[in-house]
Amino acid sequence: MTRALSIATMWIALIALPWWLPTIGGYTALGSKVLIYAIATMGLNIVLGFTGGLSFGQAAYFGLGAYGAGMTLKYLAPSTPLAIIIGTCVGGLAATLLGPLVMRRRGIYFAMITIAIGQLFYFIMVRWNEVTGGEDGLAGFSRQDIHLGGIVIPLTQTNFYYLVLFCFSIAVAIMWTLLQSPLGHTWVAIRENRRRMEFLGVRVERYVWAAFAVAGTITAFAGTLNALLFNFTSPQDLHWILSGNFVIMIVLGGMRSFFGPLIGVIIFVVAQDYLSSVTGNWMTFIGMIFVFIVLLFPKGILGVFGRRAEAI
Amino acid sequence: MNVALQTKIPAVAAKNGEFLRLDNVSRHFGTLKAVDSVSFDMAAGELRAVIGPNGAGKTTFFNLISGLLRPTAGQVWFAGDNITGQSIVHRVAQGIVRTFQITEILPDLSVFENIRIGVETAAGLNSKPWIARKQRAALDHRVNELIEIVGLKGKERRVVGELAHGDQRVVEVATALSLNPRLLLLDEPTAGMGDSETEHMVELVRRLHTEQGVSILFIEHDMDIVFGIAQRITVLDQGRVLADGKPDAISQDPKVRAAYLGSAE
Repeated sequence: MTRALSIATMWIALIALPWWLPTIGGYTALGSKVLIYAIATMGLNIVLGFTGGLSFGQAAYFGLGAYGAGMTLKYLAPSTPLAIIIGTCVGGLAATLLGPLVMRRRGIYFAMITIAIGQLFYFIMVRWNEVTGGEDGLAGFSRQDIHLGGIVIPLTQTNFYYLVLFCFSIAVAIMWTLLQSPLGHTWVAIRENRRRMEFLGVRVERYVWAAFAVAGTITAFAGTLNALLFNFTSPQDLHWILSGNFVIMIVLGGMRSFFGPLIGVIIFVVAQDYLSSVTGNWMTFIGMIFVFIVLLFPKGILGVFGRRAEAI
Repeated sequence: MNVALQTKIPAVAAKNGEFLRLDNVSRHFGTLKAVDSVSFDMAAGELRAVIGPNGAGKTTFFNLISGLLRPTAGQVWFAGDNITGQSIVHRVAQGIVRTFQITEILPDLSVFENIRIGVETAAGLNSKPWIARKQRAALDHRVNELIEIVGLKGKERRVVGELAHGDQRVVEVATALSLNPRLLLLDEPTAGMGDSETEHMVELVRRLHTEQGVSILFIEHDMDIVFGIAQRITVLDQGRVLADGKPDAISQDPKVRAAYLGSAE
């Protein structure tokens, strides 16, 4: 009951965000950024927290989604929905095709191969200068108004926030359904005891692959929105540092819980936004927050609510 | 405890009435002959014990049947098919299911969730990303049924990693049972258990055999259990079959007494 209540509160707070956030010193675009990163990390958490694969290269799919969306707008057609769809497909396809390379690896080897693949895409974007804009990033595109039948919705900062919130709820619905399904149960069981699942006759690798593909697709979905938020994307969006930040956000919030990553993202992004306006050494303080939280809540902030707080 | 058991017993479609047969199977690790030219026959519906001193090759013998290891020589047959080269996955699909000497559970999940994953696997649903309410209800019903069969009612919501060792082994057996096994391989089911836990497990094995009609092959060190419930006993020693027969014959066998029972008493 408390759980249902806190989830209802969360949705109300998110819907009302453009009204209350500015009154406490925030701004709507910060809300959009939090939700975008929440989609990305909750997607990553399907592999990391629920299937038990240490994916440390998730930014690659975030960045591929961002570049996919940006390039669609810049070179292909001035359509926001099309940019989101194409970007998501590009990142999702990359994760699906690369899944077989990672699905057999375990533990630290899984982490290493995912980092390596991530850095590969990073260097492609840096080197492929004439198309991607190289180190300077991809600019020269902007999100387009959405045409719904005869109605034109201009994507102002507030309207864009609601587009992101809409996308967030779709992603949440999909992931929630997946984790309640036999497929989701299988992922969690693989995390718990891979050998046991093999002995049940489950082809574990296929399911790790599926988790990796789904996670990549959802992260890419978030990436497309990120490109639209800033009307810009750069190789930093594929860099392993962002991948590492994603993992930190998840650990902060609680990797065994469904909404844990959202909490982690709020702490990380808000702290980053505030601290970086105060000091250039903001990373030091983020680090201190991280150490503090990990010491106090070894299972992440939502981890304190016990195992039953998770979505199984 | 003794609920009406309506589990479906898979029809044993044995060709020529054959069930499990090993023909001169060997598994050598370098110069160590863990299993050496073992021939073995088991009929459907049997409750058979495998005994032998430490290092006799019992677990290797199980690994060869379940598919964790391939023999270096010889053949394994099940229900008339040569399964020597088949993977674990194929063997499970044919109904050969095992438990381990070391408890293999999903520690952070509940009893219910542990057994549910077996039920969903048995129904071939693992890859389903969505499930209808009606089908979910049928699956849950089957899980509860299994929980009742193994006597874990009231503990469904408990986290398995926090249960007593004996109950964890029971969860393992229930998970194995959820796959509708034709041949259940139990590797030391009572290892490390207290008296009442052992009693519960022995009773469970006996009931699975009589009421569920599952053919069971088990490794066991406790001679009281072996001679108490096994219909037939196979004695392994140094990778070879020393004797094979009814409990009475085994207990009288001078070779067995010399190699094994004598030294234990």
